This record gives sequence, C-alpha cells and structure tokens, in this order.
Amino acid sequence: MKKVMMGNHAISHGATLSRVQVIAAYPITPQTQVVELLSEIVADQKLKAEFIKVESEHSAMAACIGASSAGARAFTATSAQGLALMHELLHWAAGARLPIVMADINRAMAPPWTIWTDQNDSLSQRDTGWMQFYCQSNQEVLDSVIMAYKVAEKVLMPVMIVLDAFSLSHTYEIVDLPDQALVDTYLPPFDYKYKLNVNDPHTYGGLTTPDWYMEFRVKMQEAMEQALGIIKKEAVEFEKTFGRRYDPVEPYMVDDADIVLVTSGTAASTARFAVDQMRKKGKKVGNLRMRLLRPFPFADVREHLKNARKVVIVDRNISYGYHGIWAQEVKSALYGHSKVPVFNFIAGLGGRDIFPETYIDIVNQVKKMKKPDQELYWVEVKR
Amino acid sequence: MKPTLPLEELMSPGHLACQGCGAGIAMRTTLKALGRDTMFTFPACCWTVIDGPFPYSCLEVPLLHMAFEATAATAAGIKAAMNALGKDKTTICGWAGDGGTFDIGLQALSGAAERNDDIFYFCYDNEAYMNTGIQRSGATPYGAWTTTTPVKHFKKEVKKSIDDIVAAHKPPYQATASVAYPEDLYKKLIKAKDIRGFKFIHIISPCPPGWKARPEDTVKLARLAVQTGIFPVYEVEAGKYAQTMKTPNRKPVLEYLKLQGRFKHLKEDDVAEIQRIVDARYAELEKRFQGC
Repeated sequence: MKKVMMGNHAISHGATLSRVQVIAAYPITPQTQVVELLSEIVADQKLKAEFIKVESEHSAMAACIGASSAGARAFTATSAQGLALMHELLHWAAGARLPIVMADINRAMAPPWTIWTDQNDSLSQRDTGWMQFYCQSNQEVLDSVIMAYKVAEKVLMPVMIVLDAFSLSHTYEIVDLPDQALVDTYLPPFDYKYKLNVNDPHTYGGLTTPDWYMEFRVKMQEAMEQALGIIKKEAVEFEKTFGRRYDPVEPYMVDDADIVLVTSGTAASTARFAVDQMRKKGKKVGNLRMRLLRPFPFADVREHLKNARKVVIVDRNISYGYHGIWAQEVKSALYGHSKVPVFNFIAGLGGRDIFPETYIDIVNQVKKMKKPDQELYWVEVKR
Repeated sequence: MKPTLPLEELMSPGHLACQGCGAGIAMRTTLKALGRDTMFTFPACCWTVIDGPFPYSCLEVPLLHMAFEATAATAAGIKAAMNALGKDKTTICGWAGDGGTFDIGLQALSGAAERNDDIFYFCYDNEAYMNTGIQRSGATPYGAWTTTTPVKHFKKEVKKSIDDIVAAHKPPYQATASVAYPEDLYKKLIKAKDIRGFKFIHIISPCPPGWKARPEDTVKLARLAVQTGIFPVYEVEAGKYAQTMKTPNRKPVLEYLKLQGRFKHLKEDDVAEIQRIVDARYAELEKRFQGC
C-alpha cells in the first residue's frame, strides 16, 4: 500500500513491520515523530510491544541492551546530543553482540545550538562497532529498518539507520508500505541463542583479563567482515521479496566519468540531479553514493572508482584538524590501489543547503586543478 | 534447631569478595529469598569483581554486567523483554553499590522509580567507592576518612538520604536492611517479591578494607549501625513506615565509630557532631514510624 509520509514515520512503520518487542526512547528534535507515532501504535495495540519512556538517551540504550539480552527485538531512535550521550552504551551494545537497531536522525552537534542536519553525530560513532546505513529516501529508510534486523540478528551486531534531519526526517514522500505477511516471510522472529535464561544461567560481560579480551574483539571484527557479505546477499533477497534493492554503494554514471562525486545521505540525490545536468552539457561526471560506513565496502569503492580521473568527496561533516570523514575512509580504501587524485570538499554543515549548483561549482573548480593544492576545500563559507 | 533461612545456596563459595565482605552476605541472603527464577544486572561495583573473572561466575542465576550509571534502566529493559516474551513471573533485579545508586546511577534510578517499573533495585551500601580504592561517594558519612577525603580534610558533608529521595517517588515498597539481620532481609524480600512495581532495598554492607575494620567485626558493625541508630532498619509499604528492627535503647555512636580506622582521627567534638546528626535523623524517622 502506497502512502505519503515523512521520513520519521517511515522509521516508525519500519519498526512496526519488523514486529519490535521493546522500544525505549527519549525525545529529541528532529526525532520526535518517530516515537510519537510508535507510542500511539503500541498504545492502540496495533503492535504487541513494551514501550519504556525513559528519562534519557543513555537509559534508552541501557533498556535496549537489557531487553535484547533477554531475547527481545529492541528498537530506539535518537539524534545528535542524544546519540553522543549514548556513546558509552553504543560500545556496550556492540561489545555484548546485541542486534539492536536504532535510527539516528543526522543533526549537527552543539554548540552553537542547532537542530539542522549534518553527519558529525553519527560519524563520531564510527568506531563503536555499529553498522551504519546512510539513507537517501523515505522508502529506503523504512526498508532499511527491516533489512537491518535481518542482518543484525544473523551476525549479532547492532545497526544504526542514518537519515538527514528535515531534508528526510520531515520531508513527505510516497512510500510503499509492504504487507505484514510479506515482511514476516523475509524477517523471522528473533530467536536469541544467548539470551538470559533462568533454566540455563550464564554471566555476560564479566571481568575479562588480557588472556581473553582480544578473543572477544577478533570475533567482532569477523562478524563485521561477515556482515558485508550478508548485506550483499540480503540486497538480493530483499529485491526478490519486495522489488527494491539496496547495495553497499550506489554508483551512478561512474563507468565513463572523468570526475566522480562521492556523497552520502540526501546530498547524494542532489548530486545525481547535478550529474544529469552536467551530463546534458557534455561533462563526464558521475556519482557514487555511500550507503555503508560500517562494514566498509572496500572492494565496491575501489571497483567503482577505478576509471575515475578525479575523485571528489563532498563531506557534510568534518574531523577537525584532518579531512571530512568520508574522505578519510575513501582515501584509505584507495591507497595502494589507485593513483587517482582525491579532492575533499566540506559542505552543508549545520543544515546549510547543498544545491545542484553547489556540485556544479565544485566540479568547475576541480576541473581547473590537476591535483588538490589543499587538504580540503570549504564550500560557500563566509569568512 | 530449625534453620531460619532456606539451606539452598545459589551463590557458591568460590567468589572473590574480600574477607568479611558485607556485600557477599547481602547477595547470599537475597538469593535465598528470591530463588532461581531471578535475573540480575550489575553496574561497575565491587560485585563486578566478586562474581569472578571470565569465564567464571559464583552465581547460579543469569547475570548481565552493565555500565556504571545504567542499572535501573537495564533492569527495566530486561523486565520489558520478559513481559513481551510472556515470562512476567521472573524476578528482575538491579544490584548496585552506593556509588552506582547515590551518585552516577541516580538519574536512571529515579526514572525507573517514577515509571514504577516492576523490578527490584538493590543498593548494597559500603559507603564509598570501594572497588576503585576507597574514594568518597554521596553515601560516605560525615567524619569519614577516604582517599579523597584525607584525615586532615575528612568528609564534612552528611550522607545523602537516598531512602528519602526514593520515598519521594512513592514506590509500592522500599526497605532498609542490615547484613547483621538476614532473617529481617529475607522476610522483607519474600513479601516484596509479590508486590508489583518498583521495590527499593538498601542494605548496609560493612567493608573491612574501606572502613579499616577487622573482617571478623563485619556483622558486629552491621548490628551496631542499627543499634546506634546510624542505619535505622525499616520498611515503607504504600507510604506507611514500619521499623522492623526496634532500637528502644540506642547505643552511643562512639561504640560503632571506635571499631573503624576510618573514624579514628575524630576528636570528641566531631563524635558529638555525628551523635547530633544521628539523633536528628532518628527523631525525624521516629515520627514517621509512629505515623505522624
């Protein structure tokens, strides 16, 4: 059934269709509609779940960790400061190998106070052991929640669904709501082998000496490596079931492109529009949309950038004193595999719009250079 | 002689508690009351260590170790999952020290109490951050030495009244207990087990290394804490206070203080100040015991 809905409600419907059993959440702009709709759905008993209205995001993640450990499918959603407050427990959820799924609405970090989008909140959580799926449409958001549980429960690692504040969270689009029966065939109930069980009591997460700590960590890395293959397989399975496909990266006209713009989130759909405009004028430009941050799709990135003469990474985030974060990731994947010059542009922080013209200007600037003469370039910034 | 507590042990002797650890007695007694259909979550606290290093555990019930400030929320999450999975009879417990309760875990505790989540929250109170090496907490009493309140600058602040803070949330059941009176704790837990909603149990648990006391004095100290009125033992059921260990002839606080090296620097005036603090608190509670 097709419905017009905002990105936040696409998350709520994704969680509902995934038959989540415990929701624990704390409100933060721009996430609120996610939990408002879910609280209504649960109160109306349209979803058989427990909703814990916790007193902080830290407690939201703690409750999800408790619930998931006890064998329930757990869900939460947050943004920016809330995600940062959860940071300690993001490590905990991943280290405890719990397949929790959460949505993060990308909102820039304060100060100064802001509620608009950029990616520094989620990218700051890069090393916590969470998979991260960056979405560009409300349909992708809904579908990703369902797919996330499938992947998470297979490898026992948590997933963060990431979407832009307002440009997706509050933007209404047509979304195809899949039938519950179809979702049920794709996503079986969560059957957790290691759940807390009074008939088979175990202790989880206890004090571990240097003799054993690394053995836990190597298993997390193996799970993430395995996850990449599963995500690719699930892209095919998902397409078979629902007719829509989500690969780790999404190439657009990259094969013959001289310049490839590497982008993520809603800025990627704008980039694709800009590519169309530039192609009409005979400019050989392509776009590579990054959907996965973790596990990182090394091979796909190398493959789709192998013909490019210049790679331009447009980051809606920054690691102060270094590059944009996607630029670090992509450069690192290319190192030793390609000699292509890599340019890094920082744009759209704190919700400043990234227009098609923004990309056209960037491409014109890059065309004049053989290789970058600065580590990074700021786009349209007042000085 | 008929035993006053069940003989079954759900805590094995191979644990890592220090000699004379009050927290060990607290857990052992608690498990006798709650039985096998029970799950625990621990934050960072002495019990993180006492339970034993991976892959060992001295408990015969499921246990989820968790971050320091998250006890009450984690227990609430476990409970929600058990409800969702149709196993709502299992008793879910958060088990934290005083630092994890009075200080860093207070927010989550307040949240769970306000929501009236159907869990037990236990605080075994050894009156400082003992696991990290005896630093003062909000539970450390006036006059005590700790490594962050050295003798020259001993603690000048009065112990935070966590019981009153919890009482302000009006939970269906809360109680204080002392490891010197296991039958009292046992009886309270048997009663509370059948009460739905938030249950707060605060247990005074002497710590020989942290209190600079002899391990063999643990029970004596836990008894004197009650007999001097320093740690009155009572319960609050639906707002009604009842003193379960009566102390008609309270002993002077000095009898309790003099057995502990952490108070040995105190002068007569300091002891008098502690007596004054204890008397005032006791008088306040007595009114509640009498229902006025």
